[in-house]
Amino acid sequence: MILVLIEHDTGVVESTSLQALTFARGLGEPLRGVAFGDGGARALEAAGAYGIEAGTHIRAQESHAPGAWAHAIADLAASTSSPAVVAAGTDRGHEILAHVGARASAPFVANCIAAERDGDAWNLARQRWGGSLLEDARVRGPLTLLTVALHAVAADAVPDAAAVAVDEIEPPFSEDDQRVRKTAFEATSTGAVSLGDARLVVGGGRGVGGAEGFVDLDALATTLGGTVGVSRAVTSAGWRPHAEQIGQTGERIAPDLYIACGISGASQHMVGCRGAKKLLVINTDADAPILARADYAVVGDLHQVVPAITTEVARRRTDDPPER
Amino acid sequence: MNVLVCVKRVPAPGSRIVVTDDALDIDTTHLGFTMSPHEECAVEEAVRQIEAHGGSSVVLTLGPEAAVEQLQHALAIGIDRAILLETDATGWDAIATADAIVEALRTEAANSTPFHLLLFGNEAADSGDYQVAVRVAHALGMPCVSGVKSLEVGDGTLVARRDVRGGAEVFTAPLPAVVAVKEGINLPRFPSVPGRLKARKKEIERRPQAAPTPRVETIRLRVPPEQRSEAEILGRGPDAAPAVVDLLEQLGIVER
Repeated sequence: MILVLIEHDTGVVESTSLQALTFARGLGEPLRGVAFGDGGARALEAAGAYGIEAGTHIRAQESHAPGAWAHAIADLAASTSSPAVVAAGTDRGHEILAHVGARASAPFVANCIAAERDGDAWNLARQRWGGSLLEDARVRGPLTLLTVALHAVAADAVPDAAAVAVDEIEPPFSEDDQRVRKTAFEATSTGAVSLGDARLVVGGGRGVGGAEGFVDLDALATTLGGTVGVSRAVTSAGWRPHAEQIGQTGERIAPDLYIACGISGASQHMVGCRGAKKLLVINTDADAPILARADYAVVGDLHQVVPAITTEVARRRTDDPPER
Repeated sequence: MNVLVCVKRVPAPGSRIVVTDDALDIDTTHLGFTMSPHEECAVEEAVRQIEAHGGSSVVLTLGPEAAVEQLQHALAIGIDRAILLETDATGWDAIATADAIVEALRTEAANSTPFHLLLFGNEAADSGDYQVAVRVAHALGMPCVSGVKSLEVGDGTLVARRDVRGGAEVFTAPLPAVVAVKEGINLPRFPSVPGRLKARKKEIERRPQAAPTPRVETIRLRVPPEQRSEAEILGRGPDAAPAVVDLLEQLGIVER
C-alpha cells in the first residue's frame, strides 16, 4: 500500500491533501491515509471519498514537531513495506517527507506533477524554479517519497467510495524526537484577509516608486474589500513587509481577480500568482512581459489609473445605492 | 558561538528560462548568477547572530570555481571564513549534496571548534528540494527547525518562529541545531566597499569533490508550455476607469 499524508484542520481535510490523494490514486496501488492529531480519524473517514481503503490515525500531542511525526510515518512505511509515501507540496508536507527521507535513507522528490512505476523505479515529472521549469527524473529503491505540486492536479472524488477501516496507534516518539518542541501558536490579529485566501488582490511592484506610493493601492484594496500584495523588488527595497510578498519566496495567491500594478512579470513573481483566475495589468509599458499572461490591461501610470478606478467605484455606489 | 551557513550559486532568470541543447541544464549564456534568496537571508542572519553573541562564522558552498563569487559576497558582509566544496560535476541531488556537507563538517569538527548553529535556506531557488538541511541534521544527530522567519538564540537553546495560516508557530530546540530559514527573516544588507576589498584578500578554502552517484537522476529539463493570453486592452490612462469598473461588476467584485 502507498501511504498518503492527510493534512486536516480538526477533521476537515485540506484541499491540497485532496489533490495529493487524487494524484496518488494514479500510482496503481491501494492507498492508506495517515493523519495526526485531533480529528484525524474523521479526516480519514472523509478521505475515503477520495480513494483511500485504509487509514491510520496517529495520536499526537500539540507540542510535537514535524520531525517527530516523520518518525511515526517512517516506522509505518517500514512495517507495511510501502513503496511510496505521498504528501501535498505544502510547507508541512515537504518538511515531514524530508524528515522521513533522512530517517529512512530514502530519496524524496518534491513538487511532482506526474509519476509512473517502472519495475523497481519511478519515472517522475516535477517542478523546479517554482514551476517555471519541469524536470523528468528517475529514481529507484524500495521506498520513494513524493510531494505533489499544489494545484497541479484537480481534486476529484471517486464514484464508488467504500468505508475506510481506520486504526489508531500511539506514536513511537523517542527522546530525540522531543528535542524540538512546539511551545506556542501566536494568532495574527483577526479581521484581515490573508493573501493566500483573498478573493481580490491588488499587487504593486517596482513601478509604484516607493513606500508612500502604496497609498493608492491600499485605497483601492479597501474599497474593493481586497488585500494588497507586492513583488520581491518591493520587499527587497524595504517599502513593504515581506509577509505581503507574492512569489516563489513569498505567498502563492489564488484570487478571482489579481490587479497587478507596476509589475514587470519576472518568473519569481509569476509563479506566485499563477493561481489567479483573472489577471488585470496596469502598466506604463505595453511591452512588459506580464502583458503576455494578462487577461485585461490598462496602459498608463498606475498613480493616475488606480485612484481613478477607486473614485469611479465610489461614484457608482453613491449614484446608485443598493436597494434595502 | 560558531555559526555555519550553507549557500548555493544559482542563475538569476528574468521572465523566461531557456534550457541547453542537451536538456540537462539552464542556458546561462545571457544570465547573471546570484545566491539563492533564502540563503542570502541565512548569511545575513549568521552575521547578525555573531554580532549579537560573539564568535566566528563560516560560509560553505558546493559548486564550481565560479561559486567563489557568492562566497566573497558572504565574506564582504561579515562572514569570517569560506569553504568551497569544489566540483564541476552534475548530478548533485539532495542526498549527495547533504552527504558532502556532512563529511566537510566532520572534518571541521575534528580540526577546530565545532558549530553551534547551522543555517541553511529552506529550499534552493533552482532545484527546490526542501531537504538538504534536514538530512544534514539527521546525519549529525542535531535537531532541525525549517521555514524559520524569526530566530532568537539564548543560552544553549534557540527559539524559532515560522508562519502558518492564521499565525505563527513557536518552536524551541537545544543547541547545536540546524535551522532552515526563509526570506523575510531579515532584510540582507549590501556589502560595503571596504567589506568587498577585505573579502577579496581572504583565502577560499577549497576541498575537491569526487563525482556523485545520484539517487534521483535527471533525465531532462523542459520549459512548460507557456500559457500566453492576448490581453484585452481596456483603455489608456485614467480614462480607462469606467471600463475597469464595468469589468469589476461583470466579475461580481463590485455590486451592480
